[in-house]
Amino acid sequence: MSEDKRKRLPAGQFITTQFNSLLGWARKFSLFHYPFVTACCGMEYMSAACAHYDIDRFGAGWTRFSPRQSDMLLVVGTITQKEAPVLRTVYEQMTEPKWVVAFGTCAVSGGIYDNYAVVQGIDQIIPVDVYIPGCPPRPETVLDGLLKLQEKIQHQEPDWRWKKRRS
Amino acid sequence: MEEKTILERLRREFPAEVEGAAASPLGEDVVIIGKGALLPVMAYLKAKPEDYAMLLDLTCVDLRGEEPRFEMVYHLFSLTHNRRLRIKTRLPEEELRIASLTSLWKNANWLEREVYDLFGVHFEGHPDLRRLFMYDGFEGYPLRKDYPLRRRQPLIRLKD
Repeated sequence: MSEDKRKRLPAGQFITTQFNSLLGWARKFSLFHYPFVTACCGMEYMSAACAHYDIDRFGAGWTRFSPRQSDMLLVVGTITQKEAPVLRTVYEQMTEPKWVVAFGTCAVSGGIYDNYAVVQGIDQIIPVDVYIPGCPPRPETVLDGLLKLQEKIQHQEPDWRWKKRRS
Repeated sequence: MEEKTILERLRREFPAEVEGAAASPLGEDVVIIGKGALLPVMAYLKAKPEDYAMLLDLTCVDLRGEEPRFEMVYHLFSLTHNRRLRIKTRLPEEELRIASLTSLWKNANWLEREVYDLFGVHFEGHPDLRRLFMYDGFEGYPLRKDYPLRRRQPLIRLKD
């Protein structure tokens, strides 16, 4: 391309980017989430999802109550041993790409329920992308976790789909 | 009702079965009975004139180290008299059986299933004595004092 021809190209009408970066950008702002709500953290989830804090501002406004149509699994609350197979089934039914957020101390580590009935953190059952601590977490913390997840999605590697996400 | 307290009235009705009263920090009526008399005593209390129509709660206590080891606790409430009553009875570990109250109160069904689930008490005459909270295949009774603190029985394989 000659020097003068390049000057004649219309400026501001196209951008150059990597395909992976574009894909990440598109995905991080269109998170369909599936709330797996089992306990009191659900109240904070509602607060974060509704108008006052409004996770829709970050593109995560569309709640899907079918795991097959969602990208982000929000595990909100205590997961018992009895419930563990259900949660794993829900995770396995989600289509790729999918991300998991452990919402609240119980989902992160079992919290105060260190007993015979409760799974000590959902990362013992399914892989987790972002942990949001708090009992329950403030909506600001939830938004922070969401932004962290968006950052993670943006910088996902090109071949992430072929990686085995389950050990 | 000529006798003043519920304990006296129960003593008059069931002289052989009432073992005494217990102290309660809030001054509620607590009566200790023999476990064989549970059903007739409860039927008497539910009927008029006592009219303890409501079974508030039913639970068990593991008093490990004492003999007999287990204690069943029944909480009754009389709506007409606005009075509460606690009935206690002891069960030895070798013979963890007691009559079911499902014939008197329907809500005893799930309460007894809970006690069966967590303490292993068998309720005779219960229509459907299955575990309530824990899953099939769970071994042992988790609220007993000798259930190991760190024992976990996961349903699916956990990553550690």
